[in-house]
Amino acid sequence: MPEPKVRKLLTVVEDVYHEGGTPVETPLKRGAILAVIENPFAGSYHEKIDGFMKDLEPLGLSMANRLVEALGGRDKIEGYGKGAIVGQGGELEHGALWHVPGGYAMRGALGDAKAIVPSTKKVGGPGARLDVPVTHINASYVRSHFDAMEVGLADAPRADEIVVALVMTTGSRIHARVGGLRAEDIKGEDGLR
Amino acid sequence: MKAEIRKIAVFVEEVHSEMGKTVSPPTRKAAAVAVIKNPFAGQYVEDLTPLMDIGAELGGLLGEKCVAALGILPAQAESYGKAALVGENGELEHAAALLHPTLGKPLRAAVEKGAALVPSSKKRGGPGQVLDIPLGHKDAAYVRSHFDGMEVSLNDAPRANEIMVAVAITDSGRPLPRVGGLKTSEIEGKDGLR
Repeated sequence: MPEPKVRKLLTVVEDVYHEGGTPVETPLKRGAILAVIENPFAGSYHEKIDGFMKDLEPLGLSMANRLVEALGGRDKIEGYGKGAIVGQGGELEHGALWHVPGGYAMRGALGDAKAIVPSTKKVGGPGARLDVPVTHINASYVRSHFDAMEVGLADAPRADEIVVALVMTTGSRIHARVGGLRAEDIKGEDGLR
Repeated sequence: MKAEIRKIAVFVEEVHSEMGKTVSPPTRKAAAVAVIKNPFAGQYVEDLTPLMDIGAELGGLLGEKCVAALGILPAQAESYGKAALVGENGELEHAAALLHPTLGKPLRAAVEKGAALVPSSKKRGGPGQVLDIPLGHKDAAYVRSHFDGMEVSLNDAPRANEIMVAVAITDSGRPLPRVGGLKTSEIEGKDGLR
């Protein structure tokens, strides 16, 4: 399988200063990078698709590195997530191809991230929005870091395209105050706590 | 009056191919959006000078954010545009006060020169609504290859008492321009039109 054909890339970075509470000195950064790629399986059922996961790895890694850079470097990253929107000529299973390379990319860019990368996927048309879930990179149960970022593109995905997305954050929700496991209490052994 | 900023979002879009044809180098657009408190939400205020002051602050801030996100020198910016989306408790005139009297001068400083009118749009709406920012060449409004637009939206803005103020800057025109008209190589750059 040839390398993924990229039509466009979108990088989005939000700086959040407050949400009604006291403004913070250093804003929370929430960032996403989206690649619009051709879906090599659009239009018909293909039994064997898993080879494309390997093909997606270099693209994933370059996306993750760009996103890390846009957010200020790997030591700043505390949360992550990933997702995919499959154009109407494809099937949901094509979105699932992003699980392995998306996770590989995040860990490649961040080093020793222990937690599972939360994800979501759907089939949709141009302009479809995707709420990408976000959790702490080392311990999934850190409650302050449960977050999400909405992403999408006006003109994608076309029927024969897939939008693959990576999301990272630099901290907790801006006014996190609902208790639970705190980032400073992470044991960091099992990726959960 | 200074802007009370809740959040800022910066978008960078690169087009690598269109209809199967490679776009090389990729065309690139950036948009910077500030979500600010509308100091006049829910009331009629005659004197909108405070919003004009905020417009000057945001013109520089958002223009510089776009140029930085593109990683270019100010002089390399080719087209620009601006727009505002006023939350439901505000007035369209609040968008006008932010965009028109003062935002342009610091924006032009951020892109060096900018002889042309900064194309603009405005509307009132709610969270998640899409704002289309018009784009035109910064030195010659008639450059046809650079007539374009960029869509931005934020799922949580504008709240009723907020305003989204957006600036877009590019380092290129449309991906595969081929409908003729004035070309960038033919710009005189004196009157902002040609």
